[in-house]
Amino acid sequence: MESVTIGKSVSELHELLLHKEISSTELTKAYIDRIKSVDPALQAYLTVLEEEALAQAADVDEKISQGQALKPLEGIPMALKDNMCTEGIRTSCASKMLENFYPPYNATVTERLRAAGTILLGKLNMDEFAMGSSTENSYFAKTRNPWNLECVPGGSSGGSAVAVAGDEAAFTLGSDTGGSIRQPAAFCGVVGMKPTYGAVSRLGLIAFASSLDQIGPFTKTVRDNALVMNAIAGHDPLDSTSVPIEAPDYTKFLVNDIKGLKIGIPREYFGAGIDPEVAKGIQAGIQTLIDLGAEVAECSLPHTEYAIPAYYLIATAEASSNLARYDGVRYGYRADADDVLGMFKKTRAEGFGQEVKRRIMLGTYALSSGYYDAYYLKAQKVRTLIKQDFDKAFEKFDVLLSPTAPTSAFKFGEKSADPLAMYLSDITTVPINLAGIPAISIPAGFVNGLPIGMQLMGKAFGEGSLYRVAYTFEQNTNYHTLKPNLSREVLTGGSR
Amino acid sequence: MSISREDVEYVAALARLELTEQETQEYTEQLNSILGYAAMLEKLDTSDVVPTAHAVPLHNVLREDQVKPSINHDKALRNAPDGEEGFFRVPKISLT
Repeated sequence: MESVTIGKSVSELHELLLHKEISSTELTKAYIDRIKSVDPALQAYLTVLEEEALAQAADVDEKISQGQALKPLEGIPMALKDNMCTEGIRTSCASKMLENFYPPYNATVTERLRAAGTILLGKLNMDEFAMGSSTENSYFAKTRNPWNLECVPGGSSGGSAVAVAGDEAAFTLGSDTGGSIRQPAAFCGVVGMKPTYGAVSRLGLIAFASSLDQIGPFTKTVRDNALVMNAIAGHDPLDSTSVPIEAPDYTKFLVNDIKGLKIGIPREYFGAGIDPEVAKGIQAGIQTLIDLGAEVAECSLPHTEYAIPAYYLIATAEASSNLARYDGVRYGYRADADDVLGMFKKTRAEGFGQEVKRRIMLGTYALSSGYYDAYYLKAQKVRTLIKQDFDKAFEKFDVLLSPTAPTSAFKFGEKSADPLAMYLSDITTVPINLAGIPAISIPAGFVNGLPIGMQLMGKAFGEGSLYRVAYTFEQNTNYHTLKPNLSREVLTGGSR
Repeated sequence: MSISREDVEYVAALARLELTEQETQEYTEQLNSILGYAAMLEKLDTSDVVPTAHAVPLHNVLREDQVKPSINHDKALRNAPDGEEGFFRVPKISLT
């Protein structure tokens, strides 16, 4: 039965369910088997919910047998990044701090996907508290890139990208604060969307940097991505930063036509630090879009180089405040100490990993008396300039295009010793979060056998234009159909 | 603007983090390296720029007050490292 699931998109699986060629139970079993066979090597999952998933699938099969109409995602097995709350199911943020945290409520995305009839297969590995670009900061597991087991999957949503690339789930959700959906999607050769800030509810998403965090889907195809967005986007009164506008039917933007569409190429995204082979691959992709009738011209986002320092000051400042709640009192890890202040300090020292502590330190410093104006306020002003760069570019262009990441996937340990080097690799993704606009990464070729991603950026709530370009590109290329070799030999030979 | 060991110790106290000797040394070096890089922001004249706190600003998001049930004590305490009779228990609070 495994062969039934491999490589199938959500929309193909929906057809199989609809025509009763497969039951949701069979489908769910196939995914569980697949997880059992490949996940010991890939390590995308932190929690697998075999019994619960099969029970949910049985409910869907019951509905089908009664002849009830099947919703687009009904009966489809999926998985969530482990920073999205699932009631009674461990939600660890890949941290020792939350190793035993069982949320008392569901995130809004969890609720909406449940209402859509999806099957929750489990929870996925990530960088601790979503801080990282390689998933190496997980307290629990080292997730491997399916295209080369010696390479990182990207991060922080590494598990979410690998589960889709390795066919361990039909789709997944991740979260993106500075590139954490798009960069792992690029590294693993799948489609990853960071929606406009406020398009998807953050209720129940464990906070990292509240003005930047946004949830979005990882999928095999652009159509699947739009289908998942249909299920999760839209106003949520329980998240006061959720924008009160009606979400469109994203699938109506899936047209194979970009004639006359204006695409801008920001030259700063092809500058220093970008692997020339990656730039070449993206240039080839641009040519494809020109051949398909897009009007392409170079443009400039002049404040791009300031985005990394502005981002790392703002994100860490917000993180230092958000993570103050982990004090060993109401939930999470607690270390023993004689008095309460000692307990706070020891709990946080032992419960958080190195990168999380480093960011708390940086953010606390940026917010501390005497430095607030020089760092935090300055960064917020630069954020305005970065946003204005985009506003200006979108006066002329419908969509902007760049590489998603400066390189293809790197090796384990290659950047983990130097935090600044790791931060600098986020240059193509963090400006988008600062501006709050949507961006999608789609498969756009290979460099040294590893996937590269093309990033498309749009105006606020312009996801439709991104889906239109992405869909057209996908319909005229075959990168999304290529699969990593996960034969038994590769899985047992390449690991450890 | 360089960061001293004392700065790192002061910030760690603010952040309620107990640091090891090695962490104190490492963070002193790393914060200097990261903030040294961030110093490039000084090059930009932002005297007339309004700061952005949220990319999609929403103001005064209000709703009618509604009486609804909340989660019960058992559920609220389920994740507590130490709880008893509907309370969270903590070590002694000393004034030093």
